Amino acid sequence: MALEVLLVEDSPGDVRLTQEAFHAANNNVRLHVATDGVDAMAFLNRQGVHANAPRPDLTLLDLNMPRMDGRQVLARIKNDDGLKTIPTVILTTSTADDDIVTSYRLHANCYFSKPVQLEDFENLVKTINDFWLTVAKLPHEEILAPGAQGPKSGKSLGE
Amino acid sequence: MPLEVLVVEDSRGDIRLTQEAFRDVNPFIHLEVAHDGVEAMAFLRRQGAHLHAPRPDLILLDLNLPKMDGRQVLALIKDDDTLKTIPTVILTSSEAEADVLKSYQLQANCYLSKPMHFDAFHALVKCINDFWLTKVRLPQNDRGDESKPGAHAGRERAGNTSRGTKSGGIRRSDESDRRKRNAH
Repeated sequence: MALEVLLVEDSPGDVRLTQEAFHAANNNVRLHVATDGVDAMAFLNRQGVHANAPRPDLTLLDLNMPRMDGRQVLARIKNDDGLKTIPTVILTTSTADDDIVTSYRLHANCYFSKPVQLEDFENLVKTINDFWLTVAKLPHEEILAPGAQGPKSGKSLGE
Repeated sequence: MPLEVLVVEDSRGDIRLTQEAFRDVNPFIHLEVAHDGVEAMAFLRRQGAHLHAPRPDLILLDLNLPKMDGRQVLALIKDDDTLKTIPTVILTSSEAEADVLKSYQLQANCYLSKPMHFDAFHALVKCINDFWLTKVRLPQNDRGDESKPGAHAGRERAGNTSRGTKSGGIRRSDESDRRKRNAH
């Protein structure tokens, strides 16, 4: 059963690198990409072109993005009864203490700074895969998901 | 400077195993133990005997505890503006779907099942150390109490801070380097 990961990232280069790193780390992962916060919320709420989007098992969220930034996306996810249980990992170039504290205050599940070096970045993706998609127990949302309307096309661990 | 970890666990055997495993994997960790939910909250709020308790960098929280259970402790932590930023990892023998879901609803940072066998438990503690106490960026400036001048030093392993922005040079300057490597 594929694991669904939503990557919210506006840098095409970083998207490419993340795709490659996941491909190397775990070919059971299906990586979906939203290129800004508005696109991410449409994906999560299955709106527009995302009507058949799966529910992510994990979301990787950049902070600095056009239109709607990662802090706003995080706040919306963690205030939505249907979405808040999706583990949401901040993955950003920012190492500012303010960003770290704000993210945890908004209930980010954890925070990572993107490493500069390619090998370090690949290792980080592997670390995230190994921990979140292998070791951690993920929630199965089918039991109750009041916010999840629309087509139940989302594949999850439980199916 | 040690990293402070609060283990909230009522089983003496599990406490002992956790202490031994952390001693093996990271001697710089200072492990504190609360044996039930009431004691955990007293520790976090520095009440009674816990007046000088350090603020934990990480909490490992069992769900089934006497007096006040882990779900209540989790809800109190994540509703408290001064405590909610402390990463709180559920570490429990329960594998019940309802417990997993409820924990994430209450904003647990993650949920881990305690393995039955010692070797697997030891490996899980190593995994917690390597992930949460080594790789993850922990919050530094949200201390409930700044009375401990050395309190920040342990977090300096996270490195110096710099504000990352889209226009920042870090990734841009590296982009071509990454592409070059990718070409191979």
